[in-house]
Amino acid sequence: MDSAVLQLQRQLSDYKSSLYNEGFLDDQFTQLQQLQDESNPDFVVEVVSLFFEDSERLLTELTKTLDQQSVDFRKVDAYVHQLKGSSSSIGAQRVQRVCIYFRNYCDEQNVEGCLKCLQQVKNEYTLVKNKLETLFKFEQQLLAAGGSIPMQ
Amino acid sequence: MGLAKESQFHVLAVDDSLVDRKLIERLLKTSSYQVTTVDSGSKALQFLGLNEDDQINSNQPSVSVNNHQEVEVNLIITDYCMPGMTGYDLLKKIKESSSLRNIPVVIMSSENVPSRISRCLEEGAEEFFLKPVRKSDVNKLKPHLMKTKDNNHQKQGNKEASETTEVPPPPPPQQSNNNKRKAVEAEGLSPDRTRPRYSGLTVV
Repeated sequence: MDSAVLQLQRQLSDYKSSLYNEGFLDDQFTQLQQLQDESNPDFVVEVVSLFFEDSERLLTELTKTLDQQSVDFRKVDAYVHQLKGSSSSIGAQRVQRVCIYFRNYCDEQNVEGCLKCLQQVKNEYTLVKNKLETLFKFEQQLLAAGGSIPMQ
Repeated sequence: MGLAKESQFHVLAVDDSLVDRKLIERLLKTSSYQVTTVDSGSKALQFLGLNEDDQINSNQPSVSVNNHQEVEVNLIITDYCMPGMTGYDLLKKIKESSSLRNIPVVIMSSENVPSRISRCLEEGAEEFFLKPVRKSDVNKLKPHLMKTKDNNHQKQGNKEASETTEVPPPPPPQQSNNNKRKAVEAEGLSPDRTRPRYSGLTVV
């Protein structure tokens, strides 16, 4: 087999493993990949793209809501709940975890705590977004070289 | 024997999350179900042909016999936490409706709250899935769907029940054969079409 393809396969597989090892992704991401097939070859990219759009919307809303004179914690909680849900659905584990802490601060009506979590969740989101985009790029490269994506 | 398309089960999935709608749709389709997704309980009720107060026209949530695979709903799977009408509220409304109560309902939730789970099951939900929902969960839907196929023929149902697992489909115009419901406009189902059934829905 083409050594370039082998190399790309190896690169992809190593990268993917690192994402799991570092906790960026969990088993739910694997579940998503298993739902992809020849009839739906872009399923993972599509769901993840929805996650990106949704998250960006939520992060914007959270920033606005926490910036108010009088913070509406119910709204904050609702947004965090949504973010927690969608990150869980795609396997973005670290984002999901921060959301759990975030909700605790909401319950306590702790603005400082919430602001800290907001920053943290933004960081984690940016990280996982970059990681996933890199992952998809590696996949594209492999496919372009004539290889196929191995099932994890 | 010509049952291919007609014997496909149709699941209505209700979830306010875009990501989760995409996910559940894919999960259901890999089980070869036909899927409609909506983003709220009220849109679900609209789709099912139910007005706020269970009126006569709710006897016929399905459209016409000839297109019975279009709107006949064999199972409803809904998220619990939704703004406005929760999944629990939706469940209640369905179970209170004489035309819809036989449709099995499954609840999904990201939160594992035992009291919530038992409340839903007591209200008549068939299953309660914790999110994220997996293939193994979706596999549990089959028996509930198979049950309704039988119900359609024996009881006062809410659907056009012209197909069964044992008997080949009868000729279209006789939808009142197997259905003992008090179908008012038997043939003239076109009034139902004017209901804004499809606004904001993804029918796939």
